[in-house]
Amino acid sequence: MAEIGKIEDVAIVAPAYDEEEDVITLVLGVIGADVHAVGNKILNYTLTKAGFNVINLGVMVSQKEFVEAAIESDANAIIVSSMYGHGEIDCKGLREKCDEAGLYDILMYVGGNLVVGKQDFAQVEKVFLEMGFNRVYPPGTDPLVAIEHLRQDLAPS
Amino acid sequence: MKIYLLTDFGSTYTKVTAVDIDSAKIVAFAKAFTTIETDVRLGFDAAKNEIAAQIGHTDFAKSLAASSAAGGLKMVSSGLVPDLTAKASRLAAASAGAKVVKTYAYELTEAESAEILATAPDIMLLTGGIDGGNKKVLLHNARVIAAVPANFSVIIAGNRSAAAQAAQILQEGGKNTVVCENVMPQFGKLNILPAKAAIRDLFIANIITAKGLDGVQEIMDAEIIPTPLAVFEACELLSRGSDGEEGLGELMAYDLGGATTDAYSMADGSPKIPNAFINGITEPFAKRTVEGDVGMRYSLGALYDLILEGNADAFYQEYGISRDDVSKWLEICAADPGILPMGEYEKYSDVDSAFAAEALRISAARHAGFNEKVYTPAGEMHSQSGKDLTQARYVIGSGGAVINAPNPRAIMANTAYAPRDGNALKPLRPTMLLDVQNCLAAMGLLSRFHPRAALQIMKNSFKEV
Repeated sequence: MAEIGKIEDVAIVAPAYDEEEDVITLVLGVIGADVHAVGNKILNYTLTKAGFNVINLGVMVSQKEFVEAAIESDANAIIVSSMYGHGEIDCKGLREKCDEAGLYDILMYVGGNLVVGKQDFAQVEKVFLEMGFNRVYPPGTDPLVAIEHLRQDLAPS
Repeated sequence: MKIYLLTDFGSTYTKVTAVDIDSAKIVAFAKAFTTIETDVRLGFDAAKNEIAAQIGHTDFAKSLAASSAAGGLKMVSSGLVPDLTAKASRLAAASAGAKVVKTYAYELTEAESAEILATAPDIMLLTGGIDGGNKKVLLHNARVIAAVPANFSVIIAGNRSAAAQAAQILQEGGKNTVVCENVMPQFGKLNILPAKAAIRDLFIANIITAKGLDGVQEIMDAEIIPTPLAVFEACELLSRGSDGEEGLGELMAYDLGGATTDAYSMADGSPKIPNAFINGITEPFAKRTVEGDVGMRYSLGALYDLILEGNADAFYQEYGISRDDVSKWLEICAADPGILPMGEYEKYSDVDSAFAAEALRISAARHAGFNEKVYTPAGEMHSQSGKDLTQARYVIGSGGAVINAPNPRAIMANTAYAPRDGNALKPLRPTMLLDVQNCLAAMGLLSRFHPRAALQIMKNSFKEV
């Protein structure tokens, strides 16, 4: 697991939220009927501290809510957590719903205990990449890893 | 005696209520036909003269008025996502007392632009995108609206990063445009009061004159407001209380009219059961919805269509009415919207009551929230959309079709929860009250100057059924 103490190391790159700047907007939430709130709070804290504009939908978030929040906020990325093993069922079709809503370029990251039991992560990653996610993280990933990836993936080309 | 004259300019009748402030009593009531086509003062003066004859003098301390004449305040609204900014725009317009004919979502199409032209609204409320969020929809819709060849005002209450540009587009298109705060500045957070205030200001500045009410505005002691806004304020006062006079607490009210059915809830809509959480936006304590397709005369055909979508046979059976009588009553009402189920038409009284009951059922279902069960590893949870009104203690019924019905209780029963309502969060065991003196709008007007007297009059005049 990521150490909570490490949160202090996150560099503050921008004031919390200023729409005049090109702030990166993220939609964050725990998908499906999953009520695991602690990881969500840690992600919300670290991502906000890192200068992102975070729309945190909390726990038990449906695909519809992710998509609608991304539309209204013109989000750059959707960050999905799933801790209770039903990630595959819950996440299936999210990319298609985004396409349908006109969110063609939106980044989608997913992480957590995505499947039940001890399965080979490379296999799990493959399944979620095929589903249309851009990054897939195993349990215990440091949030800083995802923050670094966001900066890479959203860097002005 | 300090007499206040409280006038409601309706589409058909101008109704004047005289109140004695010191004794907190209604001392006289008169009505005359609304004369908006010629000079609206004619009808007003006729009713006022009748009041003077009833009380024996013309010494009136103040004269206040509300109006729903000439179509009332007709609005359309638009937002981005149906359950988010589009819903917020509708809530804002309804709470300002408008008849919200339609709410649009996403980018407006050519067909929708033609529909808006045909609707000929007084005001359009344009929203979409949270602050710093989506700009595209507000700008696109501003371009579409700017090109609609009609003279209506536009209020922009969307993404503030795009509002100025949208306003410029609309002004170049010749539309009178006002910018105010976003109806949803942050995701999921409602902010409808600035838009509500902007609608009221526009109504006072432009619409009163456009509706031919400027002649009576001159002789009033305060600005004329839309009638539903007066009712809204009466309900709020009745719920919250004032000046040491206790209110009734959480309540609902229905105003069943010829063209629309208005529903009001003054209640904290948060979940009342454990393990429940709110899905979507948290709705405000004071909420109004207006159903343009549910009414007793002008919208009776539309109401019948809604009933036919459900189980039409059950409708005839439940109320013991025949299909023939229903068809005939629809024809009679279409030919003369002023008709009442009395005298030679008394045999249609049951049909009229059946429609009134269904009107309340449909309006209640659209106004109240609902619950859905969700099974999680942490056990059974309830996902609540909209307001939980199960604990509302009172439901007030207003409008001729309810208060003049032979059995108003049977009609009002549809505003309370019954097993067939499934997961709807309607009041469980409310006390049913009737606004038998039709004083809600008048008391809303009075509440701006003498809230305590207005509250006492309402509490004393409502009749329990």
